[in-house]
Amino acid sequence: MEALALLLLLPLLLVPLALLARKRRCRRTPPLRVLVVAGSGGHTTEILRLLSCLSESYSPRHYIFADSDKMSEAKIRSFEQKRAETFPNSQFTLDRIPRSREVRQSWTSSVVTTLYSMLYSLPLTYKLKPDLILCNGPGTCVPVCISALLLGLLGIKRAIIVYVESICRVETLSLSGKILYYFSDYFIVQWPDLKEKYPKSVFLGRIV
Amino acid sequence: MKSVFVTVGTTSFDDLIATVSSPAALQVLQSRGYQKLVLQVGRGELKPGPCSSPAVAVEAFRFKDSLAEDLGRADLVISHAGAGSCLETLEKGKPLVVVINEKLMNNHQLELAKQLHRDGHVVCCNCSTLVETLQTMDLTTLKPFPPGQPEKFALFLDKVVGFQ
Repeated sequence: MEALALLLLLPLLLVPLALLARKRRCRRTPPLRVLVVAGSGGHTTEILRLLSCLSESYSPRHYIFADSDKMSEAKIRSFEQKRAETFPNSQFTLDRIPRSREVRQSWTSSVVTTLYSMLYSLPLTYKLKPDLILCNGPGTCVPVCISALLLGLLGIKRAIIVYVESICRVETLSLSGKILYYFSDYFIVQWPDLKEKYPKSVFLGRIV
Repeated sequence: MKSVFVTVGTTSFDDLIATVSSPAALQVLQSRGYQKLVLQVGRGELKPGPCSSPAVAVEAFRFKDSLAEDLGRADLVISHAGAGSCLETLEKGKPLVVVINEKLMNNHQLELAKQLHRDGHVVCCNCSTLVETLQTMDLTTLKPFPPGQPEKFALFLDKVVGFQ
């Protein structure tokens, strides 16, 4: 089982190459196509709060969440409906991919399920070609971000990856956070302890 | 009528429900001027029936789509350490006693409860110290919890994508 997991990890070794390719940061012109990763309960609530102050230039918004998530769709539709009152030309889409990891799932099996999710997230990210990816912690963001990194590496589309760690995380990072700290363009934390422990992170105070 | 709202979110926390509806706790609540106790018991097995003791009127329910109304009506909230419950309560400006569930020792959600306690926004205790805490707590020392500022995130994003 260990050997299989290592074999499946090999494609991920491409990612360090993607990191080398990320050195140049490009200026973008509006509108920006945004991919938003939503996740069970609190994650979706937090990410919608983050989106609440964004201007019209961040459109369309493409939401991705796990197929087992029953709550996010209603919250997102409600948010977008309200937004359409201010910005009538607002556009958004909703897509589902297989859940990449259950709470407390073992590390080895998580690699397998994450790679399975990538079979869906890769073609989806290729289709959407976002300029910007926003995520805040649910396991779903790992396959999505890795897909985006691969697309960047292959020269197809270079997305800016912005990760905001949940406000619940005061002293330690979530598992997604620990991974994406190295792979995101901007990694935002909401408590000063984490800024100290993770110096490459950005601290803006509490933003949700 | 001054009321207390107890919430365990989507979890089960029978120890809290049992402790807060015990005669000792009801007596302390009454002595501090509360006349009503509403329990949101979630998935727990313990769900006290409605009763009106001479001390405090007690009622219970499991779940609602939104706890906004119950939180709004409460003069005191006693909650498990779940982030959603804590933040929703603090955003409504209600005094909050957070009760740590010691049977969930490795739960990372303790991080937020401990930080809120360190910053003086909540009273913190566990089930064994709850009654004593209710007796001695001084809610006037709790500091208001300012709302988060998503506009700072928007400004930051505009800057890094090159809109400014």
